[in-house]
Amino acid sequence: MQLILESLFNGVAIGSVLLVAALGLAIVFGLMGVINLAHGELMMLGAYSTYITQLIFKQVSFLKPFYDSYVIVAIGIAFLVSGTVGILLERTVIRRLYGSPLETLLATWGVSLILQQFVRSVPLAYASGLVIALFFGLFTPLFISDDLLHGAKGKLIRACTWGFSALLGVATGGVLSSLVSKLSRASARNVDVTAPSWMRGGIDFVGITFPKTRLLIILITLISVLVVIFFLDKTAWGMRIRAVTQNRPMSDCLGISTETVDIITFGIGSGLAGVAGVAVSLLGSVGPNVGGNYIVGCFMVVVLGGVGNLLGTILASFSIGIMTDLIGAGRLLTIWPDMPSPLYSTIDFFATTSMARVMIFALIVIFLQFKPTGMFPQKGRMVES
Amino acid sequence: MKLSKRIFAGLATASLAVTVTACGGSNSSGNFDDTVTVGILHSLSGTMAISESTLVDTEKMAIEEINAAGGVTVDGKSYKIEYIVEDGASDWPTFAEKSKKLIDQDGVPVVFGGWTSASRKAMLPVYESKDAFLYYPIQYEAQECSNNIFYTGATPNQQSEPATDFMYKRSPAAGGDFFLVGSDYVFPRTSNTITKAQVKQLGGKVVGEDYLPLGNTEVAPIISKIKVALPDGGIIVNTLNGDQNVAFFKQIQDAGITPSNGYYVMNYSIAEEEISTIGPEFLEGHYGAWNYMMSIDTPASKKFAKSFKKRWGSDRVVADPQESAYNMVYLWKQAVEDAGTFDDNAVREALVGQTFDAPQGPVEVMANHHLSQTVRIGEINAEGGFTILEETGVVEPQAWNQKHPSSKGYACDWTDPKKGEKYRM
Repeated sequence: MQLILESLFNGVAIGSVLLVAALGLAIVFGLMGVINLAHGELMMLGAYSTYITQLIFKQVSFLKPFYDSYVIVAIGIAFLVSGTVGILLERTVIRRLYGSPLETLLATWGVSLILQQFVRSVPLAYASGLVIALFFGLFTPLFISDDLLHGAKGKLIRACTWGFSALLGVATGGVLSSLVSKLSRASARNVDVTAPSWMRGGIDFVGITFPKTRLLIILITLISVLVVIFFLDKTAWGMRIRAVTQNRPMSDCLGISTETVDIITFGIGSGLAGVAGVAVSLLGSVGPNVGGNYIVGCFMVVVLGGVGNLLGTILASFSIGIMTDLIGAGRLLTIWPDMPSPLYSTIDFFATTSMARVMIFALIVIFLQFKPTGMFPQKGRMVES
Repeated sequence: MKLSKRIFAGLATASLAVTVTACGGSNSSGNFDDTVTVGILHSLSGTMAISESTLVDTEKMAIEEINAAGGVTVDGKSYKIEYIVEDGASDWPTFAEKSKKLIDQDGVPVVFGGWTSASRKAMLPVYESKDAFLYYPIQYEAQECSNNIFYTGATPNQQSEPATDFMYKRSPAAGGDFFLVGSDYVFPRTSNTITKAQVKQLGGKVVGEDYLPLGNTEVAPIISKIKVALPDGGIIVNTLNGDQNVAFFKQIQDAGITPSNGYYVMNYSIAEEEISTIGPEFLEGHYGAWNYMMSIDTPASKKFAKSFKKRWGSDRVVADPQESAYNMVYLWKQAVEDAGTFDDNAVREALVGQTFDAPQGPVEVMANHHLSQTVRIGEINAEGGFTILEETGVVEPQAWNQKHPSSKGYACDWTDPKKGEKYRM
């Protein structure tokens, strides 16, 4: 019983890391059909946001008393940072490439390399300044009434908002680099996020240790999933997103601004990648390559679950998580120690992390042979297909 | 008008300064009769850049020190050492390509370079076919002995073997079972084969081993296996690489695998640089084994650390790989001076038997192109350094490990033409 519970918890823990990482992709790839290879790098930006938030809370005197709660603030910041960069990516690159998946794949791969090199060679203080400039530059026009944005005067006003945002960005960069010396120099070194003390260690329950960071990641995942489901199913914009997914020209005819829908969808997908970055930073180190390690797993989860289906993504990540623990930790050997020896040695052979991965990939390939569209294929007629 | 005058004045001062520096430059090089250019080949970009750039810094410092002390003297002529730095870009074929460039195009007599075993394996055929000479400064799995490479890092019998012995006999977990964790590539697998053979000889038991694919940071299954295999604590031997250590130590602490619960981790890839990245709060109470540790309390060691900090910044640290890199530049200089020429074959002969008073203590170049050196076992402390617990005498290197089943009974000797790369003892 204890063994089953422990195995189940481990499986859910591994699965929820996969799920939170794949959730954004499930929206971007699943709903919009965009193969975004820079998804991992958006996660990386989220992880770096956590690191920067942590440093600010450590160094700035009036924030110090709240140090213990920096992780919660970091989740919000990471969502905004990755979302902003994602929207910029959509506006400048991906929008021009809708309908040509191969070009999107190559272009986003290029973007991922640019982002990796960017965090290596630009001091983090100025990188944050740039993101803030982008954030205000992109979003201030939304709060200015439409009449003001037309004609020559409108151009001037737009230019002014960008100028103002740029100044704000430069100021932020300057202030951050003078406040926190670690952010003022570019460095290719990996950095480290240390969880506040209340999140370290584990909770002992019925003889099993539940690591607190894992519990927190499960909680973050759960909340993200619930919010996404609520947003897609219960809000007006969620309905518009689903409508555009199912039939883009018809939605366009009925007066839905598909362009706005694209921006919102991509922004949310990217923002969720940022949240995943926070989760990942609690488990390992933060570096330019941190996101690249997850990208294959993310696509695997989305494809296995069935493109365009959130429930499928959820089930797929938990089944991969549980399988990883069952095979990789050799659970079957512990449960049934005196199984016939050929079976025992086969299972023992696969009971290492490397071989478990091989085994899981093989099982997924076999599964997709029988169900090529994943666990829950999209039902109904799609215009594109 | 005023402003432009100021700018003009500024420009004039700047150009004056340039002229003065130029004069200064030619004056100092005037003390030398000639120059010699050596090659430095490490990754300055890509994943390995973080580690390898520290070696470039150390090698530059060693060269500057030698130049300041009068350069290399060959046949009564003094030579100033100059260097060409090439970027291996964390890409193994690039290491081979840049080696060819340094040897053929730049005509350097020696290349200091490499970190990963993969980069060394890629460069080896280049140096052998062109009969050039590579100096390689990293502790590695051995099982190799090239006439064209000089290895200044530790072989397993100079690091992992004394460490295993310490863990099994004298650590707080003495007599306990072993669990081996590593990244999935050649060094951890070879090192663990040796450890398994040694534990068996000692009468202990290895109850599990697992390898994490490079780039993977999901260590939950490994933690479950450790808990099943070592329910009441024991010895964990860790050969994980780089970032994977961060994930490993963060997560084992949360899962209760800590020194206070009877689990002790012996690390072969964590030096001072890595401790500061991972955070001493995760590593305190675990162990490491190296030839050089920054906390060695000798004048030579302190001087090395002090000059490095002075040259590159007070927040920098020195660690074992850097010390090896430092030693190899000096050993090359000595060998060249003894040989009286920069010619590879003469330098190679003169190199064997060279001794050097290194920061770690005396080292000597052996006939198998490796160094005899001291081994130290340290406990990681809260300040991010090692508290040195044990120090062996000088240990001779084994290019062919005597515990590994495939190389038992073999050795390497380049001073005797009949013996060479691998002969039966």
